[in-house]
Amino acid sequence: MSDALEPTAAPTAAESPAGATVAAPAPLVIPVLELRHVNAAYGPFRALFDVSLTVGEGETVALLGRNGAGKTTVARVASGLVEPTAGEVMVDGNDFTKARAHRYAKAGVVHVPEGRAVFSDFTVEENLTLAFSRTHDRSGVRDALSRAFDLFPPIAQRRRQIAGTLSGGEQRMLAMARVLVETPRLLIADELSLGLAPIVTDDVYAVLARIREAGTSLLIVEQHMSHALALCDRAILLDHGAITWQGPSAEAADTLAATLFDTGGE
Amino acid sequence: MTASVLAAGVLEETIRAFFQGLPIGAGFALVAMSFVLTYKTSGVFNLAFGAQAFISAATYYELHVRRDWSIWLAVLVAVVLVAPVLGLLLERLIFRHVHAASAVAKLVISLGLLVALPELFKLIVDYNREQPFGAVGIIPDGTTVYRLFGRYPVTRDEIAAFVIVVAASLALAALFRYTRLGLRIRAVVQSPRMTELNGVNADWVSSGSWMLSSFFAGLAGVLLVPTTSSLGTVLEPTGFFPIVISALAAAALGRLVSLPAALLGGLALGVVTTQMRTHVPRDNVILAELQGPALPYVMLFAIIVFWPAIRRQVAGADPLLGVSPPPPALAATSRSRGMTIYTRVMALAFFTAVGIWTFGYANNFWISRITHSVIFSIIFLSIVVFTGLGGQIALCQVTFAAIGAFGAMQFAQRWDVSVIVGMLAGAAIAAAVGAVLSIPVMRLGGIWLAIATLAFALFFHDVLVKYDWVGGSLFHGRGVPRPEFFGVDFSSRENFLILCIAVLVLVGVLVILIRESSTGMALRALRGSETAAESIGVISWRSRVIVFSVSAGIAAIGGGLLAMEEKLVGYESNYDPQTGLFWLVIVVVLGARTVEGGIQAGVAFVIFPELVLDRWLGLHGAWRYVLFGFAAISFARHPEGLLEHGKRRSQAMMQRMFARRQPAMAAATTGPAVPTAADPEGEP
Repeated sequence: MSDALEPTAAPTAAESPAGATVAAPAPLVIPVLELRHVNAAYGPFRALFDVSLTVGEGETVALLGRNGAGKTTVARVASGLVEPTAGEVMVDGNDFTKARAHRYAKAGVVHVPEGRAVFSDFTVEENLTLAFSRTHDRSGVRDALSRAFDLFPPIAQRRRQIAGTLSGGEQRMLAMARVLVETPRLLIADELSLGLAPIVTDDVYAVLARIREAGTSLLIVEQHMSHALALCDRAILLDHGAITWQGPSAEAADTLAATLFDTGGE
Repeated sequence: MTASVLAAGVLEETIRAFFQGLPIGAGFALVAMSFVLTYKTSGVFNLAFGAQAFISAATYYELHVRRDWSIWLAVLVAVVLVAPVLGLLLERLIFRHVHAASAVAKLVISLGLLVALPELFKLIVDYNREQPFGAVGIIPDGTTVYRLFGRYPVTRDEIAAFVIVVAASLALAALFRYTRLGLRIRAVVQSPRMTELNGVNADWVSSGSWMLSSFFAGLAGVLLVPTTSSLGTVLEPTGFFPIVISALAAAALGRLVSLPAALLGGLALGVVTTQMRTHVPRDNVILAELQGPALPYVMLFAIIVFWPAIRRQVAGADPLLGVSPPPPALAATSRSRGMTIYTRVMALAFFTAVGIWTFGYANNFWISRITHSVIFSIIFLSIVVFTGLGGQIALCQVTFAAIGAFGAMQFAQRWDVSVIVGMLAGAAIAAAVGAVLSIPVMRLGGIWLAIATLAFALFFHDVLVKYDWVGGSLFHGRGVPRPEFFGVDFSSRENFLILCIAVLVLVGVLVILIRESSTGMALRALRGSETAAESIGVISWRSRVIVFSVSAGIAAIGGGLLAMEEKLVGYESNYDPQTGLFWLVIVVVLGARTVEGGIQAGVAFVIFPELVLDRWLGLHGAWRYVLFGFAAISFARHPEGLLEHGKRRSQAMMQRMFARRQPAMAAATTGPAVPTAADPEGEP
């Protein structure tokens, strides 16, 4: 089994920084998102070491790894929330390294942060209106609202409720309704399943599959690997802030099991 | 028959008071709405609002009165140009960079600006502070009197103020309720990063909302000019204080976030004020006081303590706060033993040298300066105790110092008790007052605590000091003798300095003991996380009441010593609330977390203007307000103070010199540390 993985299993980033990208399928067209040798840090704490990855047009990529591996930081760099300390970030071939988060959003790269990423003092409707009003006029916002409520009926009943008083699962739905109504160029979703009931997780992944069909690229950060691997074409494994393996999802499960359990992961 | 005539008279008086109250209330409402607007649009409880209003009003005065510009041109420049530009500068240079800071840190920054901006303005414009303003409103012939229903007099200024306030409030309400911009402004306050994820440029929105709120501050300043000057005050930022306090009461009714509540609250408080003046009997001393200057402070205090909405207020936290780097630890907690010993030896050597020079060579002037430094170090240790250890802001330390000074004076004058006993009695009184004052407000904490203590400081300043049993009588004067006890006479400069140093050492040790005590530990826990601390049984308000009361006592001891040093209670020059704001600013800038920080602030407060500004740089003493005021900005980034920050940096430099960095090691140890902070849910 491990022999089969030989060609795709890249050496650690420290030994060969370029190795990680070599294994990725060479894109014929310009990728939607490309990270080139990215380092990132929070103050004195370094979180990413020479991370390079691409997400192609219509491609779905799962970003996997243990707690603290740097998955969330990759997602934040990829949406402009954290500026890399070294390396470049390209969106549709344009240099976005120094760009702020709103420019990523305008370029169609949308990010659903992990946790309760909603405006807790706003009503449900205000949360969604804020998201939709950039691209829609008043009637367009109304249409988008009704589509959002069709997609997530539980929050439709609470449209005038303050978002901070919703349950954790409802807040996740609200955060997702913000972006899933549209079909963005690239959706970066951080720990979508966290805090959701299994049945709701299934629903969410059904929606993700639908927008993938509509042509959206996906970068999914997940600890629930089975869902992510079923959805995605490709998987990237992060450890200690560096990419240790990437390859087709079909091959990922075994490698992951080996990597995680051999190194004492849960 | 007579009864109905009487009733008609009362009715007429009531209606008259109502119409008199509305314009006053409109002034309150305008300021209250500006507070709410700034709070809603920036998340900053902006006390510098008074400074912004002052700058527009003073610009208007400069242009219209002294340079004879036309009213409209002067208003255009002062309100439409200067005010928004000032707001833009404040946002760009300061507040944009401190969004993640706590509400208390932002309050300190706004305090620094409140101290710095007017002084900077005066230095730049060469503003003539001696000349009274005169009632010059922005309406031509503003003093023209009209009669409503043929009998109730109102001036043109009052009508104009009322109309502008109502129109402005309607416009603001429409902005927040119906427009995208209003929604975006509110979104940026909650989380600029989340707003950015929605494709909105948060910086632009933030700049725009600061310009808008600054415009309102300017408008309030210019409109309130006739009101403040008719009180006979020279135009000074402090001239706005009584109005600002009433306005705060109105804003508090709407928990600082509701514009309609601020408008109605302001109007209602205006009407209540005039009704009380009309109907409440004056023969009772307390009731008579309530019709005068005491009313705004009592109203504010009562609203903060009793208005239930304030207690329910829970600030919505920014869900993406984890993106910012975490604050570093105190340098002293991580430095090596060798460094500690080295630092202490150096400090000992320095103080010995200063001591030899002082007692051997210094002239009277410098001995007096050094004594002042020691006394202010004692007073500032009270700020170290409450703000440094407790993490909360109280703005009435200056009042406790005044209580100590007056205590020493009263006991010496009235009962011929030793002045030391008087000082200690004053400290006991201050501690008791502190406890009584803090019990109702300490549960609220944060900005409400700061507001309530400011209200108390102003109440003391405007009301209590005038009483003989507090501020002394004209007949006796405010003289205070130097102490003498156990047969030692401390009346000479040198002996008194020794006494002050002894007290400083005692207080310093006390502060360290408190820091290491269980109360000190409880306070540190509370600063980390109030919820977590309470979940393990720390009672937040009780620990705070204890340290507040101790801190009040320390301030009073310092105040008593200051009065003895100066041989009188120099209330106006040493203890007015504006000075108190500067005390807090200088201590938090230099280091409120440590005893050294407090002492350094005491030395800087006294020596800096004399030595550095005047003798070395040849600058006006007012520059100290500007320098330290702006330095308060650093509080958001370095809450431990600039000196502590410098210490930490030099320590980091030493470490770099002695140890090679190992990136691989750093990766293994620090890599996971941050994402775990951002993954609070943990692994499923």
